[in-house]
Amino acid sequence: MSRYTEGPEIRDAKAPAGPIEERWEKRKFSAKLVNPANKRKLTVIVVGTGLAGGSAAATLGELGYNVKSFCYQDTPRRAHSIAAQGGINAAKNYRGDGDSIYRLFYDTVKGGDFRARESNVYRLAQVSVNIIDQAVAQGVPFAREYGGLLDTRSFGGAQVSRTFYARGQTGQQLLLGAYQALERQIAAGTVTMHTRHEMLDVIVADGRARGIIVRDMVTGEIERHLADAVVLATGGYGNVFFLSTNAKGCNTTAIWRAHERGAYFANPCYTQIHPTCIPVSGEYQSKLTLMSESLRNDGRVWVPLRKNDTRAPGDIPDDERDYYLERIYPAFGNLVPRDIASRAAKNVCDEGRGVGPGGLGVYLDFRDAINRLGRDAVEKKYGNLFEMYERITGENPYDVPMRIYPAVHYTMGGLWVDYDLQSTIPGLFVIGEANFSDHGANRLGASALMQGLADGYFVLPTTIGDYLAAGPFGDVDDEAIAEAEIKVRNKIDRLLSVNGTRTPDSFHRELGKLMWDYCGMERTEESLRKALERIPELREEFWQNVKVTGTSEELNQVLERAGRVADFFDLAELMCLDALVRTESCGGHFRAESQDADGEALRDDENFAHVSAWEFSPSGEPVLHKETLEYEYVKMTQRSYK
Amino acid sequence: MNLTLRVWRQSGPSDDGRMVTYKVEDVSPDMSFLEMLDVLNERLILEGDDPIAFDHDCREGICGMCGMVINGVAHGEQRATTTCQLHMRHFEDGATITIEPWRAAPFPVVKDLVVDRSAFDRIIQAGGFVSVPAGSAPDAHSVPVRKEDADAAFDAATCIGCGACVAACPNGSASLFTAAKITHLSLLPQGQPERLSRAKAMVDQMDVEGFGGCTNTGECTAVCPKGIPLETIARMNSDYLKANAK
Repeated sequence: MSRYTEGPEIRDAKAPAGPIEERWEKRKFSAKLVNPANKRKLTVIVVGTGLAGGSAAATLGELGYNVKSFCYQDTPRRAHSIAAQGGINAAKNYRGDGDSIYRLFYDTVKGGDFRARESNVYRLAQVSVNIIDQAVAQGVPFAREYGGLLDTRSFGGAQVSRTFYARGQTGQQLLLGAYQALERQIAAGTVTMHTRHEMLDVIVADGRARGIIVRDMVTGEIERHLADAVVLATGGYGNVFFLSTNAKGCNTTAIWRAHERGAYFANPCYTQIHPTCIPVSGEYQSKLTLMSESLRNDGRVWVPLRKNDTRAPGDIPDDERDYYLERIYPAFGNLVPRDIASRAAKNVCDEGRGVGPGGLGVYLDFRDAINRLGRDAVEKKYGNLFEMYERITGENPYDVPMRIYPAVHYTMGGLWVDYDLQSTIPGLFVIGEANFSDHGANRLGASALMQGLADGYFVLPTTIGDYLAAGPFGDVDDEAIAEAEIKVRNKIDRLLSVNGTRTPDSFHRELGKLMWDYCGMERTEESLRKALERIPELREEFWQNVKVTGTSEELNQVLERAGRVADFFDLAELMCLDALVRTESCGGHFRAESQDADGEALRDDENFAHVSAWEFSPSGEPVLHKETLEYEYVKMTQRSYK
Repeated sequence: MNLTLRVWRQSGPSDDGRMVTYKVEDVSPDMSFLEMLDVLNERLILEGDDPIAFDHDCREGICGMCGMVINGVAHGEQRATTTCQLHMRHFEDGATITIEPWRAAPFPVVKDLVVDRSAFDRIIQAGGFVSVPAGSAPDAHSVPVRKEDADAAFDAATCIGCGACVAACPNGSASLFTAAKITHLSLLPQGQPERLSRAKAMVDQMDVEGFGGCTNTGECTAVCPKGIPLETIARMNSDYLKANAK
């Protein structure tokens, strides 16, 4: 699939005009309201129960809508937002250190390497302050100072202290807040919860999203659920790489199948590689574990100065160590943004100076922090992370430096949405990591939680009202429902009928390796063309030779995995195509052909200051629609952290 | 490492279930327990057998989805560890390992090692929240919270809802789970207005679900991956009594 056509540009993403600080206020006022008595006659489906989906379903329930919520796990509290460690940004300026809504906006636009929409990012920064208020009121136990006020820290390349945190478990605590709000609405009868259900298609009738087809993962029953609007909050697609920091169940099926129904997919090639993960230890590896990048506040990153230095780290004297981040980026040192830190680690490993098995690792050393602050202070700050590291690797980071290596962590790309978070299918809204809108080509640390909750608690509940004000939309065309249901059943039957000789996981692993090698931290025209040649071959083999045991009428985890892998193949192809077409480097997308004299990513603003929104085409030749990005407030500059 | 596994197999709720023995070879000590089962499952699929169903998701010890009774201990013998974070280096080469699902009447088996823990959600529905609709919150700094209270609330709030406490309890009690949430919210000023009604509603729901009572055996806290302390149960009982005395 290296062929595509170009369609008309997207001219209007529906952000109001005028001064940026007034746009969200304007939109809130111009959005039509739904009469309270009418709300319960309007049904909204929310798929996914992470920070975005959980908070959206709870809030829509509070507003009085009739909500149906779905998740594939056994309870909504398991969604992978729970694994976020570091924190959540908010422009509270409680420290008086010069932070402001404008500065958070500025940092996020710059951090996203000028590939995000200014209007959206400004709104995100505005709403960030409400999120902290909401979470505290719910009883989220953020870290506090002795005076009883909230503690904050500087995080992931920010020079102000705007990150609120709950030890290393911020995502868990925020998710439990949203989950509890959701359970409260379930008890109140405004939300009906469907756990262990997987969404397999969107029902589009008369040009509107009107429902979803799901599979009950316990009984295997294929069910239809109808609504006046559908919200997808199904997370990112990092598991296309097989190995990532995502949960095992994270997948692209919901957004991919919506894409097949007409929702544009924006910037699929923007993937975030997180610099501080525990390196791969063997062939059987099932996932990668992230170590919070807050560790970079006190840990120092280094590799031996010499190639193939096999001495134990403690035996390498300081003058034979290369603290390469501090050397190359003296202003930011170990705190450079994620994309920069990851690529620097790859570079030193490519030079043969990596450590650990296979030379795919760098040290993250706490020796100096322990000497400076004392072991107790380090333990207080990072104790649970150190324990986690030791549990997985069997090594004690108080004595031996941690070994870390970059791993796929987050996907900035996702379904295209307008300012109202509505996709190109009317009535289909997309929130959280599943959409593309706020992080540009690179997400800053502690911004994912912020965006998920901003979308779910504050943005979507307002904007969806404007759409629903025209509803209820009446009966749904039977044929549209039947067609979607048949499509789903056919796909399942096809997977079960192959009865080949390879497991879904073995295909997934091979696809992931291919994506990591050819469409990973560094991409070239050659590598991407290779991937685009190889993916269709592997997909063909998958459909000829996959083995799915059991039946569709039972709990069948092999069938679940096979369906997801099938969609990953199609997505992988689009990712590579998007990466091939975008010949510039920006944020998490590094094209080796586009770098400056120092080896830093070189943007091409003249040709690529746009969102690439892909329209699905059954012919296999997707249609590219560009949305030009304009920067009225933050002047486009080459990012420099030196 | 070479191991013998004895695994509980049960095709569905109506099946009686049985222990089935499998040999696994060439297990790396660096594998996680679930990765060891992945390897076995890959083999079973290729042999045309039904692989062992088990719940898991994050594999980082935080989502609470995984959970098996390993050699008679919920999540295995290593303390403060979920099944997914248990690594094979803690087992001896040649060992026989027995793997069973959580066993408690309110957690019916769905298939093999997968159980239904929705009873926990219903306990939270009964009152495990602060009633504060989105948009209605005052500024976060308007109510200072003593650091000691915030820290203690956090300790209780780390519960991941895995259900190991129930599986370990001879009475099949959900007291530790319920008490953790009650303690978390009752230590914070935000949780005060609903404090007593919350305790009463949640404890009553625990009874409705068929969980047993607490007799202070402490098995729950011993297996809890997050080390939720037993004192939370005393706090729950205290609030429950106060609520009933009103």
